[in-house]
Amino acid sequence: MAPAVRLHEAVALAGRFPLLAGACLEVGEGEVVHLRGPNGAGKTSLLKVLAGLLPVHSGEATVLGRDLVADRRAVRREVGMLGHQSFLYEELTVEENLRFAVRAVKGAVTGIRPVLDQFGFTSRLASTPVGRCSAGQQRRASLAVLVARGARLWLLDEPHAGLDQDGRDLLDGLLAGSRAAGRTVVFASHELERAAAIADRIVHLAGGRVVELPEPAEPAEPVTGAPAHVA
Amino acid sequence: MLRDAMLVAGKDLRIEIRSRVGLNQIGPFAIAVLLLFGLALGPDRQVLAPASAGLFWVAVLLSTVLAVQRSYAIESADAARDGLRLSGLDPAGIFLGKAGAVLAQLLVLEAALTVGVALLYGAHLSGGLVLVAACAAGTLGLAAVGTLYGVVASGLRTRETLLPLLLLPVVAPVLLAATKAWDAALAGAPGRAGGWLDVLVVFAVLYVAIGIVAFGPLLEDG
Amino acid sequence: MSTQPRALPSDRAAVALRVLGVAALVGVAATAWLGLFVTPPDEYMGNLVRLLYVHPPTAWVAFLAYGIASVASLLYLWPRTRAEHFDRLAGASAEVGVVFTGLTLVSGSIWGRPTWGAWWVWDPLLTTTALLFVLYLGYLALRRVPGEFHVRARRSAIAALIAFIDVPIVYFSVEWWRSLHQAPTVLNPTTHKTYVHGSMAWTLLLGFVSFTLVYIWLMAHRYRLAKLQDLEDTEGLEIALAERRAEAVVG
Repeated sequence: MAPAVRLHEAVALAGRFPLLAGACLEVGEGEVVHLRGPNGAGKTSLLKVLAGLLPVHSGEATVLGRDLVADRRAVRREVGMLGHQSFLYEELTVEENLRFAVRAVKGAVTGIRPVLDQFGFTSRLASTPVGRCSAGQQRRASLAVLVARGARLWLLDEPHAGLDQDGRDLLDGLLAGSRAAGRTVVFASHELERAAAIADRIVHLAGGRVVELPEPAEPAEPVTGAPAHVA
Repeated sequence: MLRDAMLVAGKDLRIEIRSRVGLNQIGPFAIAVLLLFGLALGPDRQVLAPASAGLFWVAVLLSTVLAVQRSYAIESADAARDGLRLSGLDPAGIFLGKAGAVLAQLLVLEAALTVGVALLYGAHLSGGLVLVAACAAGTLGLAAVGTLYGVVASGLRTRETLLPLLLLPVVAPVLLAATKAWDAALAGAPGRAGGWLDVLVVFAVLYVAIGIVAFGPLLEDG
Repeated sequence: MSTQPRALPSDRAAVALRVLGVAALVGVAATAWLGLFVTPPDEYMGNLVRLLYVHPPTAWVAFLAYGIASVASLLYLWPRTRAEHFDRLAGASAEVGVVFTGLTLVSGSIWGRPTWGAWWVWDPLLTTTALLFVLYLGYLALRRVPGEFHVRARRSAIAALIAFIDVPIVYFSVEWWRSLHQAPTVLNPTTHKTYVHGSMAWTLLLGFVSFTLVYIWLMAHRYRLAKLQDLEDTEGLEIALAERRAEAVVG
């Protein structure tokens, strides 16, 4: 089966600075991959490349069967991203934001109610403008958007941040059920224990590349990352 | 494309209705501009009335800059373009939707300014059909170019100063033609406005077409 | 047309450039000498006519530069002809163009003062030139925004087309606008038809040619400068990549 994500020596630039300096990565469908690495290692940039937001300067990049080097836009409808800032409109209510996001991908608006319930948005809360919701509620709303849009690949940047205990359990439950739902997840997180529990695989990033690290003995830890491809 | 446009326009207008920034800020700004012109050019209505058309359209032009900046400010603060790009919407649709929302807001503003101009400068409102036609075609051109340059400027740190510099010179023909059309109408000779209305229509069609094609690439860059 | 692999022009190109520069300089000097001393003063305008040898040529170059910047931008955007040198060409042309546009406005204004009694008249060509000046400035401001080469190039090229398509519209609008106003004849710029003949015609032609040579010479140098800057950026990228990868050496 073709991998959901395939990067080979991908280089991405911001002006003259290489955010990614030749990253190699393969992720199978339904896998949950945890990106780890120090600040500035390129985790956010890698997620942005996979979302088609950052152009690939050189190398290969294929996501969900689409070549990102040729056309970055093609993947956008099938990919869902959770970033540091929310992509929600503050003046619109939670429900209106979901409606907009779903209709943007030509999805069925009828599927929104169940998702709102799933995320604990009562009808009163769902009619609150996002700007007046707490940070945790905004986070949950962003996740609800991902689910409602039916994204096949989830790219999450520090998803646990800002969520309360219930929210975190909800998120972990969603991630755990990814394979069954046919959903691939790549997420970056500094919460190592939680991530280790739910991730199928850990990938280490440093200096804009995927690196192999000698893994100290840790319980039930899978072997680190994709092997660094020789050019 | 059109469905995406309706979706985006609806979203922008709904946000405006909720936040009322256009009503509370851009509207008063435009009125203030009219007042300042009045102060600058003197209380003599003999001077102000003939200048009404030009002053009206300058006020509209300045308000367009604000309206466009607001149009992009409502997209999430830092990542204005990321949000739009991730949505998966057709870029041409986003262009038409945003331009359409700006157009709608400006038309409402122009209605208020028309009253203002009649009140403050003693402009004699006649030739209503020409006035409306000029507003429709002229503002469409303004909204199109504004939305186009707006997306260029939205990703840049110098956006507040770059947008007016880019936008205003390019829409100079709109100012000229719309003013002349209004002059003809206000002077009671609406027949003379025909050619000027043609210029406005050509301009609007041209830049809407350019926008549909060019908005996508501009959205992606940066 | 392929970009040169070497940063510096070959010897023959360098020599050609120098010859061009000398020719341009000689041409301009000759125009000045002829214009100031050899050609006769005009019946109506007197010595003021000598500006004729400067103003139309600078205007010609200003619009030539505009045309070339527009075409180069178009060629860059067209997928089949996309190449880095077109973007550099557009940028260089705009920079040289803005200078000549400024000169056109100044020389036009100087001509206008004694002729029409005002430092500025809303003559269609002059007004369009003034707007072109501002459009150039906006375009150059946009080019100065930092970014990756192709990102900046595409953005600038599209902005160039948006702005430059406007110029004909501006010209025709202003021309029509002016034709509606019956200005008194003494202020009308077209009533004084200067009959250009003999030595005046040759000097005028020399003026056009030499200013065009100046344009080409300036363009060549500006283009080369841009090319060197881009080469430096590319090499800088290699170094930056190496440094970035070195971060990955984890202790």
